[in-house]
Amino acid sequence: MDNNEVVAHVDETLARYSDLLFGTAITVYVLAMFLFLWALGSARIRRIQSAEARELVGASASGAPADLRTPGKLETVPARPFGEKLASMAYPVVIVGVLAHLASIVTRGIATDRAPWGNMYEFISLTCVACVIAGLVVLRKREHRPLLSFVLLPVALLMFIAGKWLYTQAAPVVPALKSYWLAIHVSVISIASGVLLVAGVASILYLVKVRWGASSEQPGTGKTAALRRIVDAIPNAETLDRLAYKSVVFGFPLFGLGVILGAVWAESAWGRFWGWDPKETVSFIAWVIYAAYLHARATAGWKHTAAAWINVAGFVALLFNLFIINLVVSGLHSYAGL
Amino acid sequence: MSTSTVTPPARPAGKPAAPHWFLRRILWPLRNLWRSLTSMRTALVLLFLLALAAIPGALLPQRELNEQKTLQYIDSHGTVGEWMDRLQLFDVFSSVWFTAIYVLLFVSLVGCLTPRMIEHAKSLRAKPVAAPRNLGRLPRHETFTVDGAPDEIAERITGRLGGWRRVTAERTLPDGTRVVEVSAEKGYLREFGNLVFHVALLGILVAIALGKVYGYEGTRSLVADGEQGLCNTSTAVYDSFRAGSLVDGTDLSPFCFKVDDFSATFLPNGQPSMYNAEVSYTDSVGAGVPTDWKHTSIKVNEPLRLAGDRVYVLGNGYAPTFTVTFPNGQKRTQTVLFIPEEMATMLSSGAARFDTPAGMYPDEDERRNNQIALQGIFAPTAEFTGSGGKLLQSASPIPKKPAVAIDVYKGDTGLDTGRPQNVYQLDSDLMHQGRLKREARVNLEQGQSHTLADGTIVTFDGYKRWVSVQVSHDPAQKWVLVFAVSMLVGLLVSLLVRRRRLWARLVEMDVDEDVPGVDNPGKRRTIVEIAGLARTDQAGWGEGFSDQAAALVGNDAGRRVRGL
Repeated sequence: MDNNEVVAHVDETLARYSDLLFGTAITVYVLAMFLFLWALGSARIRRIQSAEARELVGASASGAPADLRTPGKLETVPARPFGEKLASMAYPVVIVGVLAHLASIVTRGIATDRAPWGNMYEFISLTCVACVIAGLVVLRKREHRPLLSFVLLPVALLMFIAGKWLYTQAAPVVPALKSYWLAIHVSVISIASGVLLVAGVASILYLVKVRWGASSEQPGTGKTAALRRIVDAIPNAETLDRLAYKSVVFGFPLFGLGVILGAVWAESAWGRFWGWDPKETVSFIAWVIYAAYLHARATAGWKHTAAAWINVAGFVALLFNLFIINLVVSGLHSYAGL
Repeated sequence: MSTSTVTPPARPAGKPAAPHWFLRRILWPLRNLWRSLTSMRTALVLLFLLALAAIPGALLPQRELNEQKTLQYIDSHGTVGEWMDRLQLFDVFSSVWFTAIYVLLFVSLVGCLTPRMIEHAKSLRAKPVAAPRNLGRLPRHETFTVDGAPDEIAERITGRLGGWRRVTAERTLPDGTRVVEVSAEKGYLREFGNLVFHVALLGILVAIALGKVYGYEGTRSLVADGEQGLCNTSTAVYDSFRAGSLVDGTDLSPFCFKVDDFSATFLPNGQPSMYNAEVSYTDSVGAGVPTDWKHTSIKVNEPLRLAGDRVYVLGNGYAPTFTVTFPNGQKRTQTVLFIPEEMATMLSSGAARFDTPAGMYPDEDERRNNQIALQGIFAPTAEFTGSGGKLLQSASPIPKKPAVAIDVYKGDTGLDTGRPQNVYQLDSDLMHQGRLKREARVNLEQGQSHTLADGTIVTFDGYKRWVSVQVSHDPAQKWVLVFAVSMLVGLLVSLLVRRRRLWARLVEMDVDEDVPGVDNPGKRRTIVEIAGLARTDQAGWGEGFSDQAAALVGNDAGRRVRGL
């Protein structure tokens, strides 16, 4: 009983690299987000211009580049195509961000010699990378890619909050988390949440498109014009609806699996498989809302806008469950003070 | 959750016969109520209510989880708090309204599942539906002109529809043309998976209910010195015991165990690193003292599973040992459980009561006036602060320099009154009444003692560790897991399997008819119409349909059709 103290082996150098990579990932995500937004904002003008160009050039399409290269025509080349070019590069930029992000998580795992999702900061990091990867997969088609900006927006925000206020030094975890279930349960929940967050973003965009996308005839002015262009550049509502549904179809069973695995862990850690701990309760609420979403999709009259609203409610419940519940309510899922 | 609409019973045209009053007043309203209860819309509303009703369970303290916190909350909210309590907002998951919602939801579920199961059983034996008259009106539709006779091509199509249920029919149109039709359907598993999901959901509910009725949970704090043990033979051995309504405490799983040692390791910053309890247990619980002890260790995520029960070590603390040497030289020693006040430093508080040695005071009143009581705090690593360095605080949960700060009382400890007392606190009423007088306030490090005015010596000998042990019994929890896994599998099947119908109508062409693009005169040609219908709520068959249809009728042998 005298030798109660053990030394923690944390590789400080690697932990520092992990922090640097985390910062790099946020920066790259923000950069990619702006590139995509730029692309969305310039899309309409590009369409109009290209339509005009086609009319001017007429049948001899091959003549156009030659014309543009002459010095006298330079002024007709606006800054937009530059933004567009950057935007087409933005998808690989996001991949670079994901690689930095993954490297940040892996180095932290090696530095602390455990699954690198044992506190709020690390958990948010993992959920965010899952969300971005899910976004990269769901929105992999070229015409959908600019929508990644709307996935990157909450991700960058969450990562900023995590890095600024919830940051925790790389350290070993409390005894309750020393279990292989940490690696299984938390990672499954994170991945499922990441996918469901993408579904939520798609449904929000769907609602925006349905609400403001139809009356796109009159051009706005100033800021509204830019917003209008972005709304116009969002793909049609049906596509968004399908993307949202597909993400939920993937995320919902995975989330259920995560909850079941959590219950199995709770049975050996807390003495019962389910005990209405605040986090368990909100997981239950989120699960019920997503179940309602799937039922609504199969009910006449609820299929589209109503279902999208339910999905948004699920999005809110999920965000609340992932982050807020640990900040405002103390329960069994509170670790390291959060 | 059936989506069928309510159709009024068909009534013969002309003068309507007045239905019997029993039908009109009782049966039809009941039937309509049942139909609206089992409709999808109601199920959706109930799902929402369920989600909504669970919210207070997450945001308000719950009696089930933390009684003390709940009482504090009610206290600090006055009348509002009392009303919230009356509305069962602190017992959400056992409240009348929460129960009402989920019972209604499950009634609705059963009402919806029963007809669907019957329907599904029938459909398993049914043949695919015959081709609709106008295939061109279906969402997916392609027409091809193919070399070969209709029968030959129909055979080719059915041959390539592996895994589909298919049927080929032949008929002759009024104008004498011979038509071959192929109907095919697949994705029956989708409905099956959906039914499995919902039935498993019911199964989970039933298993949880059974577990609650037949289960029990007892907690007890034990000093980890290998002496204090617990035999699961009666509910009386527990500090608290919660049991289902069909548990009367006479039929508990028989076993005994004791905690031999408890060790906690910490990081230098005081964060706990690992807890480990060495225990001895036996399941041969006879009349005498158990002898064949087996040894094992219980860790945070590794309970001891024996005789259908689980034994957990869920909490721990320090139990300081005090010796009181009475003026006549007789000693009494006690190790008392102290409750951690600050989890980070394990600063703990508690109380101890010492009766006078037998025979020291023959007079009862006198005896009662000379009892000794201690109350105070224990610090594993003492740090003295404040004016004159008298204030004891704990610098770390690691027991490097254990010390206590205690008030020593003399008088009536209240042990004889028979009134239940808080073990961790002295009765303040006794102090106010002057029956228990404070004699000293001292800080003692391990081994130090203090002598009172009358010669009584109070010694702080050291400490032991104590653990709080939970014994849980839930005979149905493995069924909960089985149903939860079936639910997940059913859900996956119902989401991933696609229900599709496909029809092909084959009509032989007149040989002399000239078709552009097909030039092999003298051979038989057939017009093949293929139509597809995706019967799931997904967007279904996308752009792939044309290629799949072409591959289905194409004449290169052995070609596999992808994506069907």
